[in-house]
Amino acid sequence: MSASDVGGMPQITYNFAYLDEQTKRMIRRAILKAIAVPGYQVPFAAREMPMPYGWGTGGVQVTAAVLGRDDVLKVIDQGADDTTNAVAIRGFFEKTARVATTTSTTEATVIQTRHRIPETKLREDQILVYQVPIPEPLRFLEPRETETRQLHALAEYGLMHVKLYEDIARHGHIATTYAYPVEVAGRYVMDPSPIPKFDNPKMDDSPALQLFGAGREKRIYAIPPHTKVRSLDFEDHPFKVQRFAKPCALCGATGAYLDEVILDDKGGRMFVCSDTDFCNTRQEEGHRGEMGA
Amino acid sequence: MYVAAKGGEKAIRNAHALLAKRRRGNENLPSIGLDQIAAQLTLAVDRVMAEGSLYDIELASLAVKQARGDLIEAIFLIRAFRTTLPRFGNAQPLDTSRMLVRRRVSATFKDLPGGQLLGPTFDYTHRLLDTALGGGENGDISGDSPVASGGDIGDIPAAPVAMPRVTDLLGQEGLIEASPADDGAEPFDITRAPVAYPVDRATRLQTLARGDEGYLLALGYSTQRGYARSHPFVGEIRFGDVEVIFEVPELGFEVSLGTVQVTECQMVNQFKGSAEVPPQFTRGYGLVFGQCERKAMSMALVERALRWKELGEEQSAPAQDEEFVLSHCDNVQATGFVEHLKLPHYVDFQAELDLVRRMRAEHEAEMKEAAE
Amino acid sequence: MSAQVLARGFDDPVGESQAAFRAAMWALARPGRVEALATDLTPPAPLSPEAAALVLALCDYETPLWLDAALAAVPEVVDFLRFHTGAAILEEPGEARFAILSDPLEMPDFSAFPQGLPEFPDASATLIVQVAGFSDARFILEGPGIKGQTSFGAAPLPADFAARMAANRALFPRGVDLLLAGPGGVAGLPRSVTVRES
Repeated sequence: MSASDVGGMPQITYNFAYLDEQTKRMIRRAILKAIAVPGYQVPFAAREMPMPYGWGTGGVQVTAAVLGRDDVLKVIDQGADDTTNAVAIRGFFEKTARVATTTSTTEATVIQTRHRIPETKLREDQILVYQVPIPEPLRFLEPRETETRQLHALAEYGLMHVKLYEDIARHGHIATTYAYPVEVAGRYVMDPSPIPKFDNPKMDDSPALQLFGAGREKRIYAIPPHTKVRSLDFEDHPFKVQRFAKPCALCGATGAYLDEVILDDKGGRMFVCSDTDFCNTRQEEGHRGEMGA
Repeated sequence: MYVAAKGGEKAIRNAHALLAKRRRGNENLPSIGLDQIAAQLTLAVDRVMAEGSLYDIELASLAVKQARGDLIEAIFLIRAFRTTLPRFGNAQPLDTSRMLVRRRVSATFKDLPGGQLLGPTFDYTHRLLDTALGGGENGDISGDSPVASGGDIGDIPAAPVAMPRVTDLLGQEGLIEASPADDGAEPFDITRAPVAYPVDRATRLQTLARGDEGYLLALGYSTQRGYARSHPFVGEIRFGDVEVIFEVPELGFEVSLGTVQVTECQMVNQFKGSAEVPPQFTRGYGLVFGQCERKAMSMALVERALRWKELGEEQSAPAQDEEFVLSHCDNVQATGFVEHLKLPHYVDFQAELDLVRRMRAEHEAEMKEAAE
Repeated sequence: MSAQVLARGFDDPVGESQAAFRAAMWALARPGRVEALATDLTPPAPLSPEAAALVLALCDYETPLWLDAALAAVPEVVDFLRFHTGAAILEEPGEARFAILSDPLEMPDFSAFPQGLPEFPDASATLIVQVAGFSDARFILEGPGIKGQTSFGAAPLPADFAARMAANRALFPRGVDLLLAGPGGVAGLPRSVTVRES
């Protein structure tokens, strides 16, 4: 940042990708440690960003720290490029870093996401940056940082298993449908951010680098490419993902995560892909669902 | 055929244009000047500087204007700007004993060196709406004010008068714990490093100093109502101008960077003593940019409550819970996370919908089975 | 030292820092794979341009830096690093966040460096090891970032290097992380990697 006085008020110009270089170095060092200890939450001195905490400040800081002038950035929220917060974050980087942006998963080198992993399989030259609200998978079992830190240090995850098992006893199901905890590289239990558990299997052995940023909670963590990511489960209750009864109404895709759209007040509804790029690409390729044009 | 809703970009542009229009309000009225905000809404500006952790009256006034008077939004604007500023170094600790005092009250001594100085305060005003202020031409001066009749109102002294701090006076008799000595160590900086609990007192004070006034007010109040009661007395509240001194390492001497206004509150609290320490008073400390007495006092109460461990007291109340108090006192963090709930959560909600429908179906089947 | 003789830092701090960081990032994310790292830096010997680029990209006043004896003995190296990073240069490695080892055959035992704490395994050193070149074949690597296994080699490295890495791996999640800087590239050996002689 530099400020020079012009007509009373300072003219403010910001560094490439907004963050100053010292801040980027600090975040970059945290990213390197996060990669070296997969699934461990590295504390970092998150800065105050010009967008609210809880709206992606962690993801934005991670993206700003990794982004280079040649990168092609894609930003999605709920799987879609045109949701308002995705638009706002993409606009932020267009303005502050003047990088190329895209809605195409295959064209992107860096993808910042909130709540979804793209349906299109990622490549080994891609970086997926997750926005994380609560990075601590044990937080809702034990709200104290001082306690959870000990539990991670001791790899004492019994509490989590007890919670999941209580779900089964009470509901017959594990009642966690999103932010479903995973074990990374056989050591740390990690919060995958509030992606639906439908997306959990995509984290396992992904060729892409996965980085997680939690701004308000000041944590960064990572999953290197080709790392074992196991969703916690039990022998008699193996991990299962949600299946949709119908294919996407627009592109006919099966096996994709769908949004439910309410069409009228008489129970009319349809299911469409939450990943808009995936759905559009399929429609361009000639795939049609029952309500497709 | 169904066409998905699109146009997030246009919607955002329009929303922001509308916001700008609403901010401006009736265009037949002159736009409010930053100088007017700085001069007439001083306490709003002070709060923005205090919780924004940046002493800049002009930028804080701009933030108040830009935020349409929403002070947490204004604080947010200031914080986001502050974080981009380069650092040249650290000033010397402020010496509040050398303050140009504009207001100073002690609840513990009737008279004391330097005297009591009411200064600009709402205290003892009758909270009666002053319709004279709402008037057009003469709307500048309250009907009650002696200024209206040209009297002397004892405005700012020309130079600091010796006004020793009440806690220093008590300290001479050893009746109050000593102020911790400056060990020369670099204090932890909550804006430059992640906090790990438990934290030291300096870190606590930093966090409280930028904490939300309303939150600290409520917590401080709770200590008075018995949730970790600490028998507090206002040893002293002082508000005024303090010089900021910067030592330039290259030059090897000190320069004055100017003055800032601060409010300092020293709360004096009862302490029964322990095996090592005889009975004496203890302190709770509050320091805030600008004139923010409510905040400084609340901060001092909460700060004292958080010291239970070091003073060998029992922990029994929310205001004593360090991790809880400190990790929720930042209103920029709090407002962001609370308000993020209005962001789309379709994906997660869909997953929950599916689960609830499935469980209802199973429940129904079980009921049917039981009935048969 | 005068400013005139001080070797230059990055011409484009934003772009060059980012490029060096990205090389280091991918190096640690894909252990054993050599990531291209091009730099125009001409630091004073025996500091290599690649090691210099990594240090300038990653270090500053927040990261105490330790130099091995060969580097610490050259005042121009110390001045160069101090000027361009602002990092405190340490006499002893025990508090280092980063260390540069220009003479890998003389590398101290990893236990000389911070290896992190059980609660804060990130509070450990990153060692930038200057190597003359990369080859494959000497070691087999496995672990996060590697599909199956991969072969890796760099020289010079101490004869007991695999044993040292095994001891480091045994501390996981504590341990040090290595960035091996060679001509035109950098390879990473994070604490998560398993290293065996091939």
